[in-house]
Amino acid sequence: MNKKKLSVQSVVAIGIGTAILFLLKRWVSIPTGIPNTNIDTSYGFLGFIAVLFGPVVGFFVGFFGHALSDFTQFGAPWWTWVFTTGLVGFALGFLKKYMKPEEGRFGKKKLIIYNIYQVIINVIGWLLIAPTGDVLIYSEPANKVYLQGIVSAISNSLSTGIIGTILLVVYASSKVKKGSLKKE
Amino acid sequence: MDNNIFGYDHNNTWVHQLTGTSKLLFFILVSIIAMISYDVRFITLVLILSLIILYQSQIKWSQVRLIVKLILIFACLNLITVYIFSPGHGAYLYGTQHIILHLGYFTLTKEQLFYELNLALKYLVTVPISLVFLITTNPSEFSSSLNHIGVSYRLSYAVSLALRYIPDVQRDYQEISMAQQARGYELSKKGKFMTRIKGVSQILIPLILSSLDKIQVISQAMELRRFGKNKKRTWYMARKFSRNDYLTIVLAILIVLLGVWFMKIDGGRFFNPFK
Repeated sequence: MNKKKLSVQSVVAIGIGTAILFLLKRWVSIPTGIPNTNIDTSYGFLGFIAVLFGPVVGFFVGFFGHALSDFTQFGAPWWTWVFTTGLVGFALGFLKKYMKPEEGRFGKKKLIIYNIYQVIINVIGWLLIAPTGDVLIYSEPANKVYLQGIVSAISNSLSTGIIGTILLVVYASSKVKKGSLKKE
Repeated sequence: MDNNIFGYDHNNTWVHQLTGTSKLLFFILVSIIAMISYDVRFITLVLILSLIILYQSQIKWSQVRLIVKLILIFACLNLITVYIFSPGHGAYLYGTQHIILHLGYFTLTKEQLFYELNLALKYLVTVPISLVFLITTNPSEFSSSLNHIGVSYRLSYAVSLALRYIPDVQRDYQEISMAQQARGYELSKKGKFMTRIKGVSQILIPLILSSLDKIQVISQAMELRRFGKNKKRTWYMARKFSRNDYLTIVLAILIVLLGVWFMKIDGGRFFNPFK
């Protein structure tokens, strides 16, 4: 099969993943106690699905899921942020090769690397790419969008960190560890 | 949770009869040009036109009341935050300063009011068209439209799967959530932050693990039916273009050209009445 084409499994993963991300983005967020700042649980799921299926699936799940939820909520997707969600999914997807989630339990080292990497990606995405896009494309005042960027960088890293890690650990422990079976 | 989020409603106006492809093209072209342009005359024109289309498609107020209210609240909040954070942004953009009220940091200028008016119009301009698009386009036809405007059929099919499975995932989520609450997990506002995160994870774990099984089953079924074997794919819901479809696309192109023309006479994205 041609490598450039999406495999059937990726197509289905994008479809179902988008549906779940959409659901989480629309209805499942946790207030932090600071007014108007919620932890968006969908970023935890995005981290999980990206690590499981790789960058391409990560990008499209983030992009389609965020676009659909904006579209049905606000009438128009806020393209700069939608695109950034896609990029975050894409970047997190590169961990697939390192984490090898299908091989069973993660050691502490893998989980620490996952968390350091996701914080870096979230900071680049929400502090740099999304607000800069807002200033360039939508001509919004810089201090407002950068503050929004700081808030989302923090809350999205928390979500990707806490919920993503829980999901990854549970998933990996449901898999049979590689090399745990011996021929007698 | 509302289970009919996309709100498709069958009817027989000319807007409903247009193919999804031409409506999607119209929506994309018009929203791109409305995103780029900051010319109040052009955006008002597009807004009036899209309101006419909304009226023509015979959508009832009760169908869109909720979403319109949410959008208005969101737009107002955003306008207020822009003013709080940057009351001088208008003066900075337009290069002049006509002061209406002296209030120290919050000094109100005509430029700021004009800039926020532009911003408000830009938040609202695509709303009528997207409501029309959501309510008059059959979701099953949407993926064939994506394919027709050049998205690969694999990705279009992924979108179609997402639309198909959103109600399923919603139902699963509600069921699991009720089951976990019956077992005593705290999900309501009373819980502390960490208990709520744990509670949500207790729903997400079964939801996501069962969805992974779903991915397996669906992809096996599709592989058995040789999905992805050929270069092209036909769509059950695809329809032929009629005269009105071509007219819709021509209209969209005309709007884009008009927007570009306005930018040319303004010498940039902004229309500056203060010069």
